Amino acid sequence: MFSPVILITAILNGLLTGAVYALVALGLTLIYGVLHIINFAHGALLSMALFGAFFAFRLLGLDPYLAALFLAPALFAFGYALQRFIIGPASHGDDRNILLVTLGVSVVIENVLLYAFRADTRTIDVPYAFQTLDLGFTFLPIPRVIGFGAVLAVAVALWALMTWTDLGKAIRAVAKEKLGAELAGIDVAHVYAVTFGLGTACVAIAACLLIPTYYVNPTVGEAFVLIAFTIVVLGGMGSVPGALIGGLLIGVVESLSGLFLGESLGQIGIFLIFIMVLLVRPTGLFGVKA
Amino acid sequence: MTGVRPILAVVIALAAVPLITDSNTVLNFLVVTLLIALAGQGWNVLGGYGGQYSFGHAAFFGTGAYVTAILQVRYNANAWVGFAAGIAGGAAVGAFIGALTFRVGLRGSYFALVTLAFAEVLRIIASVAPITGAGVGILVKLDLRAAALQFESRAMFYWFILALVAVALMIAHAIERSRFGTWLIAVRENEDAAKALGVNAPRVKLGAMVLSAAITAAAGCFYVQYFLFIDSGIAYGTRLSIEALLTPIIGGAGTVFGPLLGALVVQALGEGAKLIAGDAPGLNLIVYGAVLVLVIAFAPRGLIRLVDDANRWLSRSAKLESAHG
Amino acid sequence: MAEPLLSVDHVSCRFGGLLAVNSASLTVPAASITALIGPNGAGKTTLFAIISGFQRPSGGVVRYQGDTITGLPPHELAWRGIARTFQIVQLFAGLSVRENILVGAHLRHPKRSDALAAADIVGREVGLGAMLDRSADTLTVASRKRLELARALATEPKLLLLDEVLAGLNPAEIRDIAPIIRNLCARGISILMIEHVMQAVMSLSQHVFVLAEGCVIAEGTPTEVAANHEVVEAYLGHGAAKKLGGAHAH
Repeated sequence: MFSPVILITAILNGLLTGAVYALVALGLTLIYGVLHIINFAHGALLSMALFGAFFAFRLLGLDPYLAALFLAPALFAFGYALQRFIIGPASHGDDRNILLVTLGVSVVIENVLLYAFRADTRTIDVPYAFQTLDLGFTFLPIPRVIGFGAVLAVAVALWALMTWTDLGKAIRAVAKEKLGAELAGIDVAHVYAVTFGLGTACVAIAACLLIPTYYVNPTVGEAFVLIAFTIVVLGGMGSVPGALIGGLLIGVVESLSGLFLGESLGQIGIFLIFIMVLLVRPTGLFGVKA
Repeated sequence: MTGVRPILAVVIALAAVPLITDSNTVLNFLVVTLLIALAGQGWNVLGGYGGQYSFGHAAFFGTGAYVTAILQVRYNANAWVGFAAGIAGGAAVGAFIGALTFRVGLRGSYFALVTLAFAEVLRIIASVAPITGAGVGILVKLDLRAAALQFESRAMFYWFILALVAVALMIAHAIERSRFGTWLIAVRENEDAAKALGVNAPRVKLGAMVLSAAITAAAGCFYVQYFLFIDSGIAYGTRLSIEALLTPIIGGAGTVFGPLLGALVVQALGEGAKLIAGDAPGLNLIVYGAVLVLVIAFAPRGLIRLVDDANRWLSRSAKLESAHG
Repeated sequence: MAEPLLSVDHVSCRFGGLLAVNSASLTVPAASITALIGPNGAGKTTLFAIISGFQRPSGGVVRYQGDTITGLPPHELAWRGIARTFQIVQLFAGLSVRENILVGAHLRHPKRSDALAAADIVGREVGLGAMLDRSADTLTVASRKRLELARALATEPKLLLLDEVLAGLNPAEIRDIAPIIRNLCARGISILMIEHVMQAVMSLSQHVFVLAEGCVIAEGTPTEVAANHEVVEAYLGHGAAKKLGGAHAH
């Protein structure tokens, strides 16, 4: 059917794309692990970040990898404000309300993008977009290889933050036992907002990694977020290793099903996995009980 | 609890509208409003009374629409038969999804996610499958006869959708008064307590899902008859899923009139936005999303409860005044 | 001897590494009040969860009216006549008192009018007659407990599992609710109650089982159990029985 070289290339490409998926999923699982909410606005935030990276390139001539240095803090601030001043207060702590509020936020963000920038698909041209890494038996796209490395760096940075800084300890405390953390003097609303901001920053970095080889339009985020949900559910809600491993796995699955089933049906493979995981083992491979 | 008389009053009042005006704009506005209201009434059964929030109700709307469109266009079926088949098809999809998810005990966010995923899967399939017309969609031939469920006068369409909405109102009324409804509400309020009192929660939820799907599917079937066109984006896209949940949430989930009131508000806001800022893509949904957040923040039980509370407050102050007067 | 209404036969329940219930056995005769006591964390509520179908045991059999009911879902058990209350009151907060009881009444009365009438009767029986129209979330703790009880009673059970129904009540409230419980027994309903309020255990129950660290360590009449050294040690710690010496030794 397909030669081993084609298969291996598909798998390797899958791993590279999967890494970026994993970064998006990482943000989602971080938010779930601490706030215990499923952030339906995650995809819209990714769309927003993609547009940000796009305009940084078009208007300011900023290379996406450089733009990440500005976009990440900017989106961190946005995510912080979103949670602190809109999502948190509006939902009055009720689970069902939080669902609806994040959905509402997602709809607003996505459609503001649609209204402002129309539905046209845009791409950017960076000189290294089509450069490849020669592995001897196959070639790998350079942007994707860079992306893989960047994701690993971010994962390590996050781990360092969580383990060694006071902020990280506060976040872990709130994730484990909110009431106790509050009693210990931790400002839970602040921690929630910071975590949400971190999740959004992950998305911003992911957008910068994606944009050299991907396209931008208001609904791209939506497609990504379902993939991110699949990863988070597969890897386990709230589990960082789960998001990383799940991301790589899903990247490979998408690559392989794209190979066998063609572009559009390849997406279905992911959703079917998603549905099956939810039905069979909702806590995922490494997850904490919901 | 809503009695039959208010329902009759509202339906009769609405039915009189075409007798007062023959403005196409007004009638079209109302037809679309009732269409969304019907979709929302379907959502309300599962989400409002049952407390299970589906984010993918388009799965049922789209199935109803496609089944009737395909039967009419590819198999020359009678439009009324197609309509009934569409409702049955939507109900079947509801039964399938419900059987899978409720037996496993999926609730809350997970349930919302799964319904979202199912709708997406259907959308992707419909966008490539030949039978649904793939990317092009399906056009139903213009055939202005009652037998083909198409009417020359917009008023006839209006009365038809109004009849469907009236049926849905009566269904909601019946739910509120039946054992099934009491059990459904109990499951919503506290599933474990309900189970301990003898309620077969998965079965009750499944029943609600099937009924909910059937009603929303009817809205899909009507869409096809009125607009004579359907494609994967309209059928299974997120816009319908959002409208279906928005109207009951804004109007008042778990009430008889909630979805209808919500639909009026949503449509009015949409038209208002169009007047102010022009007809640009995405504008409607920006307003919908913002209103959703605002309603949850300030009137989480919906506008109808606000009206209710206002009524009660007014009658109480009136009583106080007469007592002291 | 008549077959007991409920018999729990060497039931165990393991959660990962923790053995919450360790081969526990108990019986509940018909028309009686049996108490299940023991220190916190002994596994009493887990045992209740197993009996009422909310938890699957990892071993053992539960028999009710001669039939094996292990692993049956809660609603099925309710149909067969087993009702339970919850340690943390699980009300339908958004509904009125009457509507709460209505849910239970509907089990035996499909028609709404019949069920409403039955709900009213049960509501008055537990002393909530004046509050039937109030919203459940406006009730005091004592009234909430009564509502929990009323709801379970409305299902017309033969076996009623009460999980710390007296917790959070002051002595006056306990004095008021005790006769209601005794009355139920007189009507032929069997009661298995988890309780920490010892005075209630002593005065209400005819038979007591003591659970500690998942095992049944003693059983007998209330007086027998109170005098049991192991029971005292389980509650007060090792050596406590000796220290208390004179008061309990005989």
